[in-house]
Amino acid sequence: MSLKSGGAVTVQADSPVSAHRSLQNERSFSARRFILQWEWLLLLLFIVVNVINASISPNYLVFDNLMHAFMVFSDRAILVFPMMMIILMGDIDISIASTMALSAVVMGVSYNVGLPMIPAIVLALMVGTTCGLFNGVLLAKFKELSPIIVTLVGMILFRGIASIMLENRAAGDFPSWFRNLGWGYVGRVPIVFIFIIVQALVFGYMIHFTEFGRNLYAIGNNETAAKYSGVKTDKIRTIVFMTMGLFAAISGIFLASRMGSVRPSMALGYEMDVIAMVVLGGVSNLGGKGRLIGVVIATFIVGFLRFGLGIANVPSQVIMIIVGALLIVAVIIPNIKATLYGSKWHKTIIKKRKGN
Amino acid sequence: MSKYLLELKGIDKSFPGVKALDGVDFQLKKGEIHAIMGENGAGKSTFIKVITGAHEPDKGEIFIHDTQVHFRTPKEAQRHSIAAIYQHGTIYPHLSITENIFIGHEDVMGPIKTIHWGMLHKKAKSLLKSLSCDLDPHTLVGGLTVAEHQIIEIAKAISQNAQILIMDEPTASLSRRECDELYKISEKLRDDGVSIIFISHRFEDMYRLATRVTVLRDGKYIGCYNVAEISNKDLISAMVGREINQIYPKRERKIGKEVFRVEGLRRIGYYENISFKVCRREILGFSGLVGAGRSEVMQSIFGIDQMDGGKLFLENKEIIVKSPLEAINLGIGLLPEDRQKQGLVLNWEIYKNITLSNLKQFIRHTILRPKKERLQAKVLGEKIAVKSPTVFEKASSLSGGNQQKVVICKLLNTDLKVLILDEPTKGVDVGAKSQIYDIMNDLANQGYGIIMISSDMPEVLGMCDRIITMREGKITGEFAGEEATQEKLLKASMNTIETEDKAS
Repeated sequence: MSLKSGGAVTVQADSPVSAHRSLQNERSFSARRFILQWEWLLLLLFIVVNVINASISPNYLVFDNLMHAFMVFSDRAILVFPMMMIILMGDIDISIASTMALSAVVMGVSYNVGLPMIPAIVLALMVGTTCGLFNGVLLAKFKELSPIIVTLVGMILFRGIASIMLENRAAGDFPSWFRNLGWGYVGRVPIVFIFIIVQALVFGYMIHFTEFGRNLYAIGNNETAAKYSGVKTDKIRTIVFMTMGLFAAISGIFLASRMGSVRPSMALGYEMDVIAMVVLGGVSNLGGKGRLIGVVIATFIVGFLRFGLGIANVPSQVIMIIVGALLIVAVIIPNIKATLYGSKWHKTIIKKRKGN
Repeated sequence: MSKYLLELKGIDKSFPGVKALDGVDFQLKKGEIHAIMGENGAGKSTFIKVITGAHEPDKGEIFIHDTQVHFRTPKEAQRHSIAAIYQHGTIYPHLSITENIFIGHEDVMGPIKTIHWGMLHKKAKSLLKSLSCDLDPHTLVGGLTVAEHQIIEIAKAISQNAQILIMDEPTASLSRRECDELYKISEKLRDDGVSIIFISHRFEDMYRLATRVTVLRDGKYIGCYNVAEISNKDLISAMVGREINQIYPKRERKIGKEVFRVEGLRRIGYYENISFKVCRREILGFSGLVGAGRSEVMQSIFGIDQMDGGKLFLENKEIIVKSPLEAINLGIGLLPEDRQKQGLVLNWEIYKNITLSNLKQFIRHTILRPKKERLQAKVLGEKIAVKSPTVFEKASSLSGGNQQKVVICKLLNTDLKVLILDEPTKGVDVGAKSQIYDIMNDLANQGYGIIMISSDMPEVLGMCDRIITMREGKITGEFAGEEATQEKLLKASMNTIETEDKAS
């Protein structure tokens, strides 16, 4: 019944449809389109950050040092890619740091009461995924709830449960091999680094090359139209939030491994850093726009910037201000064009041009 | 001083591709109730918006008491004591009656503009009393009925000293008793010297209230009649009386076997007892007024909204549709009414829009193949003549007709048996309209069963093999394409039962 197998749509000769037009399915390379990409700006910023870092500390541009720098922000980097999926849908998740804390605390407590380490880790992964499921199902079932409110509830609730389990104490004394998860190397490359490279490849593949990824963009751009086109919006939303929860748990486990212990107050404020990285990477907070490569570069910019400023003994409060300023610039730049085009200034320019 | 309070002369208003008003004249006397009638799309709402300043006319003059005025914004019209009550009113459900009445023009005192609530509540109380309504002004508006909302809107208009009150379909969702209430209030306002203009699809409203009626058709002024002197029949022919243009393709196909049937569909509060069938190579039209429940029926069939009862049969097998995906997989496609919100991802390229509903066919080893997508978009787009240089153009950059064609391409990219087209030519210019008709005709000839909802009567008459009319959620008539006339359809779609004896 469909037309795709060349079923002829016959048209009367005198009808306007017969005015056949060709519709090109290829387009030529455009230098303008190539240059006007957000990622170039990010790359420039990335180089600037590294040049500054190198000038501050002479040993900065050494492989081992860079790897060490990477380790410092690796727990955030793990969260960046699933967060990108969420923001692509036009949603947001601010409960991730609490999910990290809860999963890690569950792992620590269950290990301390006698569960072997491997099952404790599996339990932590299950807890994280369940937290994501909680957010996802609430959002899918109750359309009038906004993601920021639902995940705010999660943010308070998950860390609250962690606090009840451990109060102000810490849990730890993990087996020695567990420490290697966060600190270990394969050759000269940290295990975490390898994990994140693989993660970036898998997420890049999912987001840019599969039907699932295309549907994410469709939901972010126009959820109603996506639904009318047969996209299972509720299912996809639930899956994405569960993925977020799972990776929050993984990040929590890596962090626990590096710290050697878990406490309910761990990973405070991570969600803001992670969202900042994604938005700086060019993912529109309205959804439906942005590429993984930009997010990768942005992650490194923020990570290295923090590391470099830390070496230079810049107080952490000042680092926060710098990261905040960067983010404002990142959010404003894409809007500058639109703002200028609507401005009085632009209108007077056009009038002058016409006058000449 | 002339005898007219408000006078409009030769009003023209165009929107991209459509001439909404074409030389419309209008006169309103002081203390008169004046009805405006016409089919859907006749330009009534646009005309009202010109009076209230929401639209600035391209040409024409507006006089109030013989003084020429220009309304660029609704505020300017308000300054001339013109107030409007729209079909979907501007009610704030979480605020009290008083707040709703005085919002935007509260009495304020002192340098920090304190609102004197006590006084406002008193004022609201007396306003409501003058409309013989004894609600407590502190009540939150959210819990009130539609009729009470309207009274509040009227009170709001009076509180702004409105001399000209415009009501758009005021009785559309009121019960019989509530209508009587509204009639009484309107008459009282008239006796107080307020002039009222109202739009209504109900003949009864017009006969009961109006002294004169102005008829519009296709944006043109047809005439102004004294209600006492015009019969129901003459009025209807004034509203429709137009030749069907020869832009519709000839129907020369043999209708096939039944492909889709629904039995006893109902959704409480929206529609009830809906049964119909559609055959292969048939175009079935759904006629009726906006809000008759036609779109709601189709959305339930397509799995967007649930239904409370009824059965669907596709090729004589009972089916259950819970989501649009299931509908598409079974072979039912919907072209939604609002193509910008429901049909297209406007920020996306043409090709991505076309392939969205059936990405499966472009996947190899789980990877999407954009090149194949583009080729398919090219093939489909060229078949129905989408006007665009490449498939990379954003959907937002296309004209209304081309956007609609892209949505049709999207439907054709899936394997369908039944096509449901909801207002396929809405907001589409005449040239593209006739192309869409040709496409529909071709598709029917190929064997699709097509259901078309349309509020454009000539289009329904020109295109459909069979026509069903709906009113207020119920099927009110079924006509074969040849025997249907605009008068018959209009009669079945409108609430004329009460007025027939009066007119004859």
